[in-house]
Amino acid sequence: MLELHHLRKTFHPGTPNEVRALRGVSLTIDEGSFVVVIGTNGSGKSTLLNSVAGTFLVDEGRIQLAGKDVTRWPEHRRAKHIGRVFQNPFTGSAPNLTIAENLALAARRGQSRGLGWALRRAELAQLRDQVREMGLGMEDRLSNVIGSLSGGQRQSLTLLMAGLQRPDLLLLDEHTAALDPKSADQVIRLTESLIRKHRLTTMMVTHSMQQAASLGDRLIMMVRGEMRYDFRGEAKRRLTPDAILAKFEEVRRIDQLDESAASLLRRRYV
Amino acid sequence: MTLLIGAVTMGLILSLLAMGVLVSFRILSFRDLTVDGSIALGGAVTAMLITSGVPPLVATLAAFASGAVAGSVTGVLATKLRINGLLAGILVMTALYSVNLRVMGKSNIPLMSHATVFTGVQRLAKSDDRWSLLVWQAPTQDAWVMLFVFAAIVAAAALLWTYFQTRHGLSMRATGDNPDMIRALGVDVGWMIVAGLALSNGLVALAGALLVQYQGFADVQMGIGMVVWGFASVIIGESLVRGKHVGLLIIGAIMGSVLFRLLVAIALRWGLNPNDLKLVTAIFVLAALVLPDLLTKFRPRAGKHTAEVPAHA
Repeated sequence: MLELHHLRKTFHPGTPNEVRALRGVSLTIDEGSFVVVIGTNGSGKSTLLNSVAGTFLVDEGRIQLAGKDVTRWPEHRRAKHIGRVFQNPFTGSAPNLTIAENLALAARRGQSRGLGWALRRAELAQLRDQVREMGLGMEDRLSNVIGSLSGGQRQSLTLLMAGLQRPDLLLLDEHTAALDPKSADQVIRLTESLIRKHRLTTMMVTHSMQQAASLGDRLIMMVRGEMRYDFRGEAKRRLTPDAILAKFEEVRRIDQLDESAASLLRRRYV
Repeated sequence: MTLLIGAVTMGLILSLLAMGVLVSFRILSFRDLTVDGSIALGGAVTAMLITSGVPPLVATLAAFASGAVAGSVTGVLATKLRINGLLAGILVMTALYSVNLRVMGKSNIPLMSHATVFTGVQRLAKSDDRWSLLVWQAPTQDAWVMLFVFAAIVAAAALLWTYFQTRHGLSMRATGDNPDMIRALGVDVGWMIVAGLALSNGLVALAGALLVQYQGFADVQMGIGMVVWGFASVIIGESLVRGKHVGLLIIGAIMGSVLFRLLVAIALRWGLNPNDLKLVTAIFVLAALVLPDLLTKFRPRAGKHTAEVPAHA
């Protein structure tokens, strides 16, 4: 379970580039829930995900994960509880190490790394079975370096790596955005089966209305660093891509109104 | 022949320097300039300990430890205090110059009259014994020393390779390859870099320790330009083995170091002014770093040209 209490984050405070990326976000994600996060550019959805992952510390608020207060934990310490797949397929794996070496590293996520042999034969066989289950034909190429794989294959592998040690929370940050449609489909199918198989608690940021409508059991829409909409249960199931687009349009109109109203007031009183 | 054996022995000793530079430069992708200071530190510590009666082997291992400490300082400056890596190395290198003078007490310590790690090996033959191969001859003692150094380097290389097969060593390789990835898998990248620089400079200091015992003196200036020699060895080694496998990289570094010393010996024999050696080495490293890029830039490539055509054309 993940609990976020009044998260605030401002980038470059006190400069002309000041961005108030999170303006008091509170959210509780139940065990086993799959939450899709959408929003316009700069709405704070990636900031939200990164603040949970620990890429930076929040200015205010509290983050509770798996019963622990992780608000001040550095990123690598939170990794014990969090599996991640990034937007850039190159971020999730080490290109000059082999597939087997990458998997072995991921299999010990968050555990101590002593002077034991990294690739034991028994472990290797187990990893090979997991890769075979994925059905991408990579099980016979475990000693190839990752750099020789395509973006889609690397992303599939990163997904597998994130799930090797069942994480308390899976974070997916637009993880299909940089892929061609066919690979994106494949990665999405893998995502679904991984989440179902391990009953993973998941937060997924996406730009695809299709994915937002069809995946997950809850949908959150971020606007200007705040959570504007929260659809769950039946309301989430009824959402179509068009309905979500309509919500975006509605948000745009309200914000425009805010802008024009503000300038009207400014003209009158300032 | 004596010249050849001398050059190979020197190359083998300095292959520890090359392995050290390999760890920071290639494995961690960290351009560490501490090396100039830590090789002299290793030499200084060894010379000081040997002249004060410590067994040579202990003195040599102490040199490794001193280098590891120096590397850790650079690592902490770079990762915990967030100083630019190059600058952190320069700061520690500069500070080490004074430290080395303090350790030695003077700028030069002769070791000729003291027992070193090589003494026992040299006793295997009398000082006037000659060892001959076909038409060449060389002092047998020198040949034994070369074999001993070779065995020691093989052992060090095997240990280094083994380390990189462990979980810790694999995490270190991943740290250099993709820090974002390994951080997301729960490794503290900062401390991993500190550990890597400790290992790297420990190896470098070990090279310094063997070097002073081999040449029979320690000099506070002995480190100047050593990091560039290390780069040169690593780069030559990479072109020799052509592979990214860590075992190949280590073997390449050793071969590169030996070949580099042979080239230097030949160049000096042909009349290269020793004063110009560092300039020539620097130009060589520059060329090795820049040429591959230049070559690909000037080679006509079909793919690149089509990419430059605007979409509507």
